[in-house]
Formats: sequence, structure tokens, C-alpha cells
Amino acid sequence: MAEQLGTGHLGTGADTVQLRFRDDEQVDHPAVTVDAFVDQSNATAVRIEPGDDARALLGHLDRIALVEVNFPTYGDGRGFSAARILREAGYTGELRAVGDVLVDRIDAMRRCGFDAFAPDVPLDEADVAAAFARFPEVYQAAADGRVPIWALRHG
Amino acid sequence: MYRYDTYDQAMVDARVAEFRDQAQRRIDGKLTEDQFKPLRLMNGLYLQLHAYMLRVAVPYGTLSGAQMHMLGDIADKYDRGYGHFTTRQNIQYNWIKLEEAGDILADLASVEMHAIQTSGNCIRNISSDHYAGAAADELIDPRPYAELLRQWSSFHPEFSYLPRKFKIAVIASKRDRAAMRLHDIGLEIVRNAAGELGAAFYIGGGMGRTPMVGPLIRDFVPLDQLITYSEAALRVYNRYGRRDNKYKARIKILVHELGKDEYARQVEEEFAHLLEQNVEPPLAELERIKAMFADPAFKPGLPTKADRTDPAFALWMDRNCHAHKTPGYISATISLKPVGGIPGDASADQIRLMARLATQYSFDECRVTHAQNIVLPHVEIGQLHALWQQLDAAGLATPNLDQIDDIIACPGLDYCSLANARSIPVAQQISERFAANGKADAIGELKLKISGCINACGHHHAGHIGILGVDKKGLENYQLLLGGSEAEDTSLGKITGPGFDEAGIVDAVEKATDVYLAQRTDGERFLDTYRRIGMEPFKEALYG
Amino acid sequence: MKILTGNDLKSGAVTWWDGRGWSLNVDDAVDAGDQADAIIARESAAQAVNAAYAIDATRDDAGHVRPAHIKDRVRALGPTVRPDLTLKPADPAAVNWVN
Repeated sequence: MAEQLGTGHLGTGADTVQLRFRDDEQVDHPAVTVDAFVDQSNATAVRIEPGDDARALLGHLDRIALVEVNFPTYGDGRGFSAARILREAGYTGELRAVGDVLVDRIDAMRRCGFDAFAPDVPLDEADVAAAFARFPEVYQAAADGRVPIWALRHG
Repeated sequence: MYRYDTYDQAMVDARVAEFRDQAQRRIDGKLTEDQFKPLRLMNGLYLQLHAYMLRVAVPYGTLSGAQMHMLGDIADKYDRGYGHFTTRQNIQYNWIKLEEAGDILADLASVEMHAIQTSGNCIRNISSDHYAGAAADELIDPRPYAELLRQWSSFHPEFSYLPRKFKIAVIASKRDRAAMRLHDIGLEIVRNAAGELGAAFYIGGGMGRTPMVGPLIRDFVPLDQLITYSEAALRVYNRYGRRDNKYKARIKILVHELGKDEYARQVEEEFAHLLEQNVEPPLAELERIKAMFADPAFKPGLPTKADRTDPAFALWMDRNCHAHKTPGYISATISLKPVGGIPGDASADQIRLMARLATQYSFDECRVTHAQNIVLPHVEIGQLHALWQQLDAAGLATPNLDQIDDIIACPGLDYCSLANARSIPVAQQISERFAANGKADAIGELKLKISGCINACGHHHAGHIGILGVDKKGLENYQLLLGGSEAEDTSLGKITGPGFDEAGIVDAVEKATDVYLAQRTDGERFLDTYRRIGMEPFKEALYG
Repeated sequence: MKILTGNDLKSGAVTWWDGRGWSLNVDDAVDAGDQADAIIARESAAQAVNAAYAIDATRDDAGHVRPAHIKDRVRALGPTVRPDLTLKPADPAAVNWVN
């Protein structure tokens, strides 16, 4: 379940993937909607909108190489749940946050299982590094495999 | 009480550094106000009617003497010499400068305090019983469970952008002293038939525009599944709570629209899934926390009676003190409701005095109540008179706990940009009216709550008498509600009829209490008489 | 008339557009007319003000400005229940002006 996070590097694609923490080939064809994906047996990239049910993809995870999760407005936190649900279900492909991706949320996004980020407005890379390094430990178990403080306390 | 270990301290220190960075980016113009606002709210920093306001978290209302002392120092150093204790057991400062907010958070962190998640669409301060660890009727101290939940909720990566704010209360007694049924999630720690400890979950309570009493969603969650179940409840809300309308975005609307059985079913499904995901801390973590809430070193064989020669002291002892589980001890309420005063406000000097008194008389611990008073939970009965003398000298000994002049009031239009009407002057005038007419003692228990707007931060729906300030064509106007209760007999107040102006609402409150005094039978409180005789006699007296 | 109010970014103090800058005194407020949005946009971008907005107000013969809504009058003066913390602590009649 935990992803090995490699060094980030700039990627290109329909959405400008500014940060990607994977070593495999980036999917370079567009993602289809959840509805279209379920109908199309050859699609390998799907885009989840806030109102979509990520669990509609369960049972198809082995043919998906890329899931984009759209964050159209800052305050809509449904994408965090969608991401965690997919990782909990065993999805190991790219999980890309697109849209209103701000540096102050990027650490929470990574904790929820995102390993690629395509923000509408490019992020300052120094700010991103600071955001990822900000909190030395975490209180909760999430999708990133980081060991929560309660586990550190009790071995 | 809970003490940070190096992990906890590192988290708040990191948060201070993060906020300093965010505030500096705002000041430097790298963040717009729209971008900064959600970030500062997650650190309790509002932009209010007069200035920035900072809401400091007081987890489950518990403070050490050193923490209370720091709150007083912050009032002096960074604010205008006073603080306001709130209906969620927190404290607010009204005159904060953005450029000093980082320093304030650093000072708080030095005494294991913070302002994390006291605003924003995230899980807020977890409240509890102000007599926790002292009350004879509690099953167990509820605060370790609140602390477990507090850590789980802090910086939760999935639940930081909920549809709306999320408030949790934890109790462990049948008597509900924390308005548990009026929270988004209320937990009652219980024993099942096999004698095992766990929690009953009530989900979907709340006040505001559409008040609702939280229904029972699950009658028993074992102690070693509390976090997993909470996570399931929050995930269903995060996924399906309404985001189209700010006034329909609380979980109470989701539970109401789905129906409690369907909501419970969805949570059960998510819960079964999450039980496979190892999100639950081991019981050893709960035991670690519980050990910090062990009883202080109560002395055996202490006198169980006080010297009641002084009638003023005897009156205060009878009114403001609550029986303790340990013979020789008592819990004392320090009233922040002097006649004509501002409910919940305390000067820096008063705050520091209360800190010293907590250290001297109460094992270095005090509590903030959701009624905006302060409790010293563990006072030796033999020392009660000496404590009272110090309180009396400082104007902190008003003997009015749960009486009509123990008013709960939000800051209202004097401070709050959301308000429609002022609440504090109404509280002051009612307090003065009943000091003058001498009826407060005869009336006895009467919980009067005032909100300056429909957001209900004054909990007016849950007042035996509630007052709601509204804007009537640009003028302040006040609706009167009767029959609400925040206790285990939870009920929501009903509006009497047309509203009143400021003078009118004070008269209306007095008329309502006169109806009660005329109609009550033995032992009835105002609330009981209202429930027995109904609204009609009150309407007649108010509107003729 | 339409006057503009906001907060000083760093200190949080309530301010009023006086035609050239942002004053702490509501009596210095000027009529922004139909320039309100443009002024707010420019001044916000320059960080001279934070969270500014336009409100209705009148000016009397003596030149005192009175915001139309009671909330803005409380904003202009300070909390009516703490006269000592208002802009006119020495004036016992100041609180009545809010009504």
C-alpha cells in the first residue's frame, strides 16, 4: 500500500504535472470521466470529480494507470477521501491531484495517497519542499504509510 | 491532566513555524486575503468587527495554573488586558495584531497550548464535562477519550476541508453537563451488558439556523474502535455532506436528509472497511493518556463541613459548589457573571488570580465551562472559606450559578461582524433588573442564553429562556424563546411570538418569570413549569 | 454617500478611505461614489488595506459621518459595552451615537 516516493521531477501532459513522485512512465493521454471509464474497456486513465464515487472504480483498478482527482475549488475536500479510498482498495497507479492545488494543502494530499500534482497555478518549489518537511511526525495513519505517533510511542 | 511528550511539542512548534511563514507571506503580499483566510482560520485567527480576534483552544476546558497564567499574560502583552471565555470552553482575544500572532502562538506553545483548528471547516475543540474527574456521578473521567480524539483530529489530512465546522463533545455520565446532544458528534462513555467500556455515538445535533437534537447512531462502540468509528462517521460526512449551501452544510442536515438509519448504515459499511486499515491506536495509547488523568493525591480524613458562620460565604457555598466524589472535597464555580458585567470576560489580573488559586487550592487545575464560568474542581472543603474570601475580594464570588443572572451570552454586535444585534447590553440589563427586583433566589435554576444572531453561539435554542437578536429593518430586535434544555432532557426552545426592542425584552423576561412564580408547583424549576403548562399562559402575559 | 472601510493588514485596526489613504477616524471618510470597487481593488493590491468594503453613510452639517447601519456605527466607535476601549473613551455620550 505504501508508495516508494522517488525524487520529484517536472512532467508534461495535458495538465501540467509540476510534481511527480513516481519512477514509471507518465500516462500521456487524456483521462476519461468515471461514467465513460466504466463503459470503455480500453481506457487506462480516469478523472474523478468531487461528486463522483471513487468506489465505482473498484474492480477495475488493475487496468488503471492514472487517476486524476479534480479539486475545482479550494474548500472542497472530497478529493482527499477519494484518494484514500483508492489506496485502501489497493490501487498502486498514479494518483494525481489537479486543479486548485495550493502549497498549504500539498502535504495533506500526499498523506492521502497523491503522488503527482498538477496545480492550476505553478507552485514555488522551495515552498513545496518546506511544506513536505514541515511536520516531523503525524498523528494519524493514512495512505502514505507514515508511521503515526501512537505507533512510535508503543513500538 | 495531559502533558505533551516530545512528539506533541514538536507538532505545535511546527505549527507555529508554519503559521509564521503563512502570516509573513500574507504581509509580503504573496498570499491574497482569499488564500490566507482559510489558513488563518485553521489557527483560530478571525478578522472581526474591530480587529483580528484570536480563539485559543482549551482542550476539554482543562487548564493548569501555568497555562491559565499565560492566558492572563497574553491579554496584557498582546491585547487590551482581558479575555473572553466562550461557550465551547475556549478563550478569545479581541484586539490581536496579525504581525504579533506568530509570537502569541509561540508563547502558547511554551505552555503546551495552541489555537489549532478553533475555526475553519475542520474538527474543532473537543469539549467535555467541567466536573470531569471530580463528579460523583461519572462512570469514568471522559477526558482521556477526548484527548485521544483531539490528537486524531489534529491536522487530519482527510478531514481538513469538510463541508463545514465539526464539533465533538464527550461525557461519561447520565447527567449531560456538556450539551452533548447538541453537537455534531456527542459521545457518552458507557458500559455494555458484559461490563465492557465503550461509547454511545449521537451524531447530527447542533444549533444555528436549524437546531436539532443528535439521534443515537450507534449504542456501543468498543473502546478499541473509537477512532475507526469516528473516522467512518467523518468520511461519510466529508463525501456526502452538502457543499452547495453554507446553511445546509452541517452533518445534522445530512443525517436528517438521509434519515438516521440510512446514515448509520453508511457509517457501518465504512466502519467495516476501515477496521481492515489499521487506523486505530493500540489500547496502550489510551492507557498512556489515562495514566495522566489519574486522581490527584486526595487526602483522606479531611473535614467534610465548612465553617458557615459567614452568611455570604454560606450562600456562595450552597449556590456555586458541586458535590465531589471524594469525601472532604468539593468543586467550586468561579462566576464570571457579576451583576451588570460582561458574561465570560475576565481581566488579565483576574485570570492570573484564578491561576494562582487553581495552583493553591485545586491541585493546579481549573476548568472553563461552556456556561462561561471557571471551575476549581478539587477544593478541600476546609479551605473553601479562604478561597471564597480571595474570590470575593476580586469580584469573582457572585453566588449565581445556574440562576437567571448566570447568563450565557455571545459577544454579539459589540464585537462580532456576523451579529444582528447586541447581546451583552441585554445580558447586563437583565442581570441588573433581577438584582433590583430580588426575584433571582425565588426563581432558582433558570438557564438564560442570549445569541446576537442565528448562528447561535450563545446557545439560545438550549436556554430555559432564550433570546435571539435579529435585525428588524435596521433596528435591533429580540425574539424570546422558552423551554430549551442543554442537559440530558435535551429540548429546543420555542419562540413566544413577535419580538421586542431592547427595553421590551428585559420586561418580557421578567413577565415570563412572573408567570412561572405564579404557576409553579412544588419543586418545579422554570423549565418544568413551562413543560407542564405550555406556552399559552406565557403568551397571554407577554402579548395580552 | 458610499464610504469605504477595511482593516489595516498588520494591525487589524479599522480604517476608512479618506481620499488619499486610510484613516482611523470615520469622520475623515469621503464619498467614493462609483469608484468604490476600483479604489478597493487598487488599495488592496497595494496592501494599503485588507478586506475593504463599501457602506452607505451620511454626513451631517457639522461634518460628522454616520454609517447607515448600526453594525458599521459599532465598527466606527468600538464596543458600546466597553466605552474605555472605544475611540472616544472620555465622551459619555459617544455610545448613544451608535443607536
